[in-house]
Amino acid sequence: MSLQSNVSQGDEIRSPKLGFSGWSRWIWSQVTSMRTALMLLLLLAVAAIPGSIFPQRSSDPNGVTSYFQNNPELAKNLDVFQLFDVYTSVWFSSIYVLLFISLIGCVVPRIAHHWDAVRSEPIETPRNLSRFPAYLAKASKRDNSLDAIAESLKSRRFRVKVSKTSVSAEKGYLRETGNLLFHISLLGVLVSVGLGGATSFSGQRVLVEGETFVNNLAGYDSFSPGAWFDSKTLKPFSVKLDQFRATFDLRNQTNVGTPLDFEAFVSLRETPNGDSTKSKIRVNYPLEAPGANIYLTGNGYAPVLTFRDADGNISFSGAVIYMPQDANYTSLGVVKLPDAKPNQFGVISFFYPTKAELKTGAFTSGYPAPVDPLLSMNVYQGDLGLDNGIPSNVFELAVHGLKQVAGGKSGTKPITLELGKSAELPNGLGTVTWDGLKRFASLDIDYNPMQVWVLVFTILAFFGLFTSLLIPRRRIFARKTATGYELAGMAKNDDPRLLGLLEDIAGDLKVRKK
Amino acid sequence: MKDVLLNPVLDGYALYAVYAAMALYTIAFLTFVWQLSRLSSTDKKLRKTAGQLEIAGLSITVLAFLFHGAGTVMRGIAASRVPWANMYEFSVSGSLVIVGIFLAAWFVKDIRVIAVLVTGFALLVLGSATTLFYVQVKTLMPALQSYWLVIHVTVAVLATAFFNIAAALSVAFLLRSWGWLEKSKLPIAKLTKRVLSVFPESRKLEQLSYRFNVIGFMLWSFTLVAGAIWAERAWHRFWGWDTKEVWTFIIWTIYAGYLHATATRGWSGARAVWLSLVGFAAVLFNFTIVNLFFKGLHVYSGLK
Repeated sequence: MSLQSNVSQGDEIRSPKLGFSGWSRWIWSQVTSMRTALMLLLLLAVAAIPGSIFPQRSSDPNGVTSYFQNNPELAKNLDVFQLFDVYTSVWFSSIYVLLFISLIGCVVPRIAHHWDAVRSEPIETPRNLSRFPAYLAKASKRDNSLDAIAESLKSRRFRVKVSKTSVSAEKGYLRETGNLLFHISLLGVLVSVGLGGATSFSGQRVLVEGETFVNNLAGYDSFSPGAWFDSKTLKPFSVKLDQFRATFDLRNQTNVGTPLDFEAFVSLRETPNGDSTKSKIRVNYPLEAPGANIYLTGNGYAPVLTFRDADGNISFSGAVIYMPQDANYTSLGVVKLPDAKPNQFGVISFFYPTKAELKTGAFTSGYPAPVDPLLSMNVYQGDLGLDNGIPSNVFELAVHGLKQVAGGKSGTKPITLELGKSAELPNGLGTVTWDGLKRFASLDIDYNPMQVWVLVFTILAFFGLFTSLLIPRRRIFARKTATGYELAGMAKNDDPRLLGLLEDIAGDLKVRKK
Repeated sequence: MKDVLLNPVLDGYALYAVYAAMALYTIAFLTFVWQLSRLSSTDKKLRKTAGQLEIAGLSITVLAFLFHGAGTVMRGIAASRVPWANMYEFSVSGSLVIVGIFLAAWFVKDIRVIAVLVTGFALLVLGSATTLFYVQVKTLMPALQSYWLVIHVTVAVLATAFFNIAAALSVAFLLRSWGWLEKSKLPIAKLTKRVLSVFPESRKLEQLSYRFNVIGFMLWSFTLVAGAIWAERAWHRFWGWDTKEVWTFIIWTIYAGYLHATATRGWSGARAVWLSLVGFAAVLFNFTIVNLFFKGLHVYSGLK
């Protein structure tokens, strides 16, 4: 695959009998032909489209889940064709693997060819120069016009071969060098990306203000390692979220409530017994920890709640993470109380940082900062199903089989609570107190040892691409004629300056005459 | 980012400037159409007056460009930042760059013939920007607060502009080398042929479009790489097949295919040119349909 190779290899294989080696040669020449490379490139472009139409497990797992819920039959069929994993699918992978095989097959012989070309002299001057795309015939009475042309070409850094009656020159070998460098570097990018996938990891952790993350497997909420990643190599650093600050616009009327900045103030301890250093993580400005980068990917509120049962015993106390549902941070939280006596119960709760009432009487949030915060709670009584050891999502309460005792159609109003206040729970379930309000930060902890190589090869590819597109590869020929001399030029690709160059060379001769 | 004072009043003036530019582009567009019709006239005297119309069209376009530029700069000042953080702003800045590059390339005689297409396109983009994409001036969301916003988006705008001019030249090339026009005896075909006869020869058009596409491709490659570097900072991975990343990749691949096609026997010429137009269709699709209707991380249109 290249910008310049032609497809002439196919011509020599028209023999009637093809043995095994003949067939393999034929297949190989097909695979490495430019036409095939072009087809594969276009196929790759087309094959990438479905991944932007259907949700992908890699980038949008929730989207896939809801797709399965909304169209179960269709989703099943789509899944057979790996349309939710397009970029790791068999068909997508085969296209790019074939493309890269074709690339190797094309580039390797070209390296050899180029190696020879770079070390050899310019080719013989062809017989009929007037057929060339750029041609110039000049009258001249000088005897040494050829020498002068050779001189001029040399000063333009051409490689020049002079014979008695003609001059042959070539320049721009870097064009092909750049082209080869580009294609080899693409291969380097592919390999580094592949190795990176196997040796990297990506983990998530939600930290409430005051909490500390310790970098070991138990410290992560979710962790996805590459196939070759060894969790023992995790460096034992720890990060404490001291404070999270969100700044929202209050000043500009048309912009009220727009986030201006999110800042996670943290203390990083590089080793368990080392000193801690204070830093700040912002969106776009990750924190570099030993063997990992820490990114700020989300934030929200974590009200501190205490539940007491009818006897006054504490059945739950702590900060509860509420997931923001809209731009004004109307947030949804779930509390499960499997240990409450005499009855287990669960709570689905909404948090409104600045409460506002809709026309329907329902609450909403009018501003994302806690100006006038309010909590509302729906209470569900019954077996929460946590005792059988099956793991369940902490952010969801499966209300099926539970009896709603507050909110909704239960006949009892949902519990509403202001900061610092307590409220009675229905059915003698006890009380709830809202003790305080903290914020949480969602952190992504990532490490990809091959990333730097991806960058290195990308930069090399860049250099290669620019040289191969911008440097013209030119051949210039000159021959003595009866009345003077003729000049001809050809370029590998479109070359707008070619004829102008011939004029310049002819111009050089005139100047030298004086 | 700390407290920023937005200036909605100035933003209002910026919008007026853009409206003024639209009015002027309309006049310039009509002038260039008029010029073409004069050029293709059978009457020699009329043909001679076309040059004056060209100068008139150019002057109006320059004036429109100045208003357009003023509208863009004022929008930036009103927001105290670069004016390309949402779809409206990207459209206004992007079309400004397209017209700017076209004007800068005015000395290339053969390119002047696409003046109709360029002014028409600028008008279309500004029309959709002001009616469909307009949002009041806003501050930057934290995800966009990065110097990569300047680098990545500037180069993306430039790449789009080069692809756009190349596409206009490609359309001219395809019309010029359309066999049906040669043969047909329909009056409309005859008229079109006469108009086209003032265009540069098809080989020249093809070369020019190739050159603009090559520069566009290099800039697009840079957009892709700069985007990946920024994505590593902002989204903790350099590539994640986000819908916008997918389409950036698709566009890159199509244009890479185009460059290969120009060097492939049986593909160079009209087929390669068609391929570059498919590429440009993908650019437009990426900017409109993907921005507005596809789910992804690049949700910066500011529209609800």
